[in-house]
Amino acid sequence: MLEVSLSGSLRDATDGAASIEIEARTIRELLRKLVERYPRLQSRIDEGVAVSVNGEIYRDNRDVPIPEGAEVFLLPRIQGG
Amino acid sequence: MAHDTSFTNQEFKVVGSRPPRPDGLDKVTGRALFGADTFAPGQLVGRILRSPHAHAKIRKIDTSRAEKLKGVKAVITSRDLPDLTNGNRGNFDILENCMARDRALYDGHAVAAVAAIDEQTARKALKLIKIDYKILPHVTDVDKAMAADAPIVQPHIRHDDKPSNIANVSEFGHGDVDAGFDQADVVIEKSYLTEQAHQGYIEPHACLASVGPDGQGELWVTTQGHFTFRNVCASLLGMDIAKLKVTSSEIGGGFGGKTHVWMEPVALALSRKANRPVKLVMTRDEVFKASGPTCSTSIDVKIGAKKDGTVTAASATLRYQDGAYPGPWGMLGAMTSWACYDFENVKSVAYDVLVNRPKVTAYRAPSAPMAAFAVESTMDLLAKEIGMDPVEFRIKNAAKEGTRASYGPTYGPIGIGPTLEAVKKHPHMKAKLGKNQGRGMACGFWFNFGGQTCTDLNIGVDGTVNLTIGTVDVGGSRASMSLIAAEELGIPYERIKCNVADTASLGHNDTTVGSRGTFSSGMATIFAARDAIDEMKERAAKAWEIEVEDVEWRDGCAHAKGVAHSNLAPMSLKEIAAASPTTGGPIAGHNEVVADGAGVSFASHICDVEVDPETGFTKVLRYTVVQDAGKAIHPDYVEGQFQGGAAQGIGWALNEEYVYGEDGRLQNASFLDYRIPVCSDLPYIDTVILEIPNPNHPYGIRGVGETSIVPPLAAIGNAVSNAVGVRLNHVPMSPPRILKAIKEKQAGL
Repeated sequence: MLEVSLSGSLRDATDGAASIEIEARTIRELLRKLVERYPRLQSRIDEGVAVSVNGEIYRDNRDVPIPEGAEVFLLPRIQGG
Repeated sequence: MAHDTSFTNQEFKVVGSRPPRPDGLDKVTGRALFGADTFAPGQLVGRILRSPHAHAKIRKIDTSRAEKLKGVKAVITSRDLPDLTNGNRGNFDILENCMARDRALYDGHAVAAVAAIDEQTARKALKLIKIDYKILPHVTDVDKAMAADAPIVQPHIRHDDKPSNIANVSEFGHGDVDAGFDQADVVIEKSYLTEQAHQGYIEPHACLASVGPDGQGELWVTTQGHFTFRNVCASLLGMDIAKLKVTSSEIGGGFGGKTHVWMEPVALALSRKANRPVKLVMTRDEVFKASGPTCSTSIDVKIGAKKDGTVTAASATLRYQDGAYPGPWGMLGAMTSWACYDFENVKSVAYDVLVNRPKVTAYRAPSAPMAAFAVESTMDLLAKEIGMDPVEFRIKNAAKEGTRASYGPTYGPIGIGPTLEAVKKHPHMKAKLGKNQGRGMACGFWFNFGGQTCTDLNIGVDGTVNLTIGTVDVGGSRASMSLIAAEELGIPYERIKCNVADTASLGHNDTTVGSRGTFSSGMATIFAARDAIDEMKERAAKAWEIEVEDVEWRDGCAHAKGVAHSNLAPMSLKEIAAASPTTGGPIAGHNEVVADGAGVSFASHICDVEVDPETGFTKVLRYTVVQDAGKAIHPDYVEGQFQGGAAQGIGWALNEEYVYGEDGRLQNASFLDYRIPVCSDLPYIDTVILEIPNPNHPYGIRGVGETSIVPPLAAIGNAVSNAVGVRLNHVPMSPPRILKAIKEKQAGL
């Protein structure tokens, strides 16, 4: 079981929940299950999100494995210049 | 195929050296082709008519007289760019920004365009287009735009269930800041303003577009991301992605400003209508008014600390103006604001606010310099209040491996502590200062990221190598990629020729943003080279009639392993290449990767200034950049990035600002009135490269392109404060502002 923390701007889509317990082995599975529970997250994911797993930020690679007990954050997608 | 991207701590033979840049000769002799330097038979000149109003309803556009003018081949309005975005608001915003529909949203917003046989005719045609505007109330100031009675820029945007200019609210942090402030011995609260600045790239936006009646098209363009331009343009114009070939020209500066399309869809639409190629080149006035500068901001900061220097709480409220379209800029300010520090109680709340100004886009570590100006200025104030050296104060509170970042995740190995220690020991910190001179320092952070990347490596029969990358070279990446390929293959740098491919020749590459070029294309180059080496080992095994498992690659040669093969002399890359026609044909390596794990970046800067108390003029006397590069592949280019970011930051800190009149029109859309620094304004910018390896890259590379613009605003503000005893809270710290602050201090205000 993972505890996923959400940054403030994404909490609108999770009825204000700041952290969510969920079972997932990859980022792809995590995002799918989050949308199953909070369908309004889909549009935010479509706009772009990033997932931090144990401190490493992943923007595109959905196949990243998530170790048991990992620190996981769902963040807005970051843009650079 | 997935590759292990972990840092391997290998020893380098070529990486880290400083060979001449492969594009240098072309650039200094004028042979390099930039956005405006290509021509096509029968090409037309495109020009865009822009709104002179900050906010106006477009009641009617009459193009009939322009269309009848001899030499005019096409006139377009928004009718020629129909909405094909299928409800995708982000794409619609891009479309509307390229060509206004029922309203002009800022001074300079495109409203019509022409293609004609020459410049004179095109300009004449623009004057013949008649537009019936109804002028609407406007707002250009971020704080005023948040007021309840402010004119609304985008009626579909709502906040608290009402139409509003507040497009997004973002919040980050952890702990309990109220409890933290209660524990503090000293609390400092301060408000700051930063004005809007432009990236100031010397090359204006320019392109040559050609769309045929068969729906196939080509676009030659100055851009940081030709694959993204292709996808966006094809989508807006209803074209197939595969039928639009985009070639990136040499780029005369981008810094984030060439990550978005501004007029390229207009050039393609003109060409489609005229059935002729169309060249469109922005004037400098258009670049300022109608491309994407960075935000102006209004920021409140509060920090509390104990007398021993431990920060107990920190909070920031950040208001970023996004121009006429929503962006992530306030959010990025909130995420970066406290990222250098390990605070138990920390909070940032950011507002992205719409105004009647051009759509904001990224500018080198977007949003971070303004937040750093507010935070680092307040950190200095607090250090002074508790009587602590500002460097020691920062060292005491610096983030480290295991710190939970203010924006959420826990850091791995990071460089903020080492940059501060390097600053502390640097001779610059001990140099004597004269009258009216002051020294300041400040820290900065940027995320860095990677993304989709695709690379080809082809070995010629003479043993030279074409390395084909898809990330636009904005800062010397062709040299760095060539070094990496030379390192892997074991051949001289001079035998590698690195090219940036067009969109028809390589798989998708994300735009060169987020300091990703060397990190991600470097990773793909390593694996493409290793792919080619695998093939060359096969060829050698075939020639030697031994098993490939008995072949290894060292020093640019295949070697047969084991006593049984000790009579086989090593076979060089050149020999394997020469034999390739009879051993299986061309030899190539390829890699596609989603390069994640870019590794965050930190910098600390030191600055000495002298302020003339009679005029308020500030001269930067000495400047030192200390930054973590992970691994400097070509140190000249790394130093160049450090120096370039600092130079841009110095210009922004002291002079650069968009000045809007009461009428909502930009007053200084030229380099005469918007003053970027020239060589005589700058000292030699000294650099210190630290190498704290990124654990997620085989060579340990971190991006280096952006972080260097983050600290200068605050470093200069702190130096000015130490020089003349006045704290400037408004960027740019131009002579009139400094003089006003000095006079107010003298008057005891």
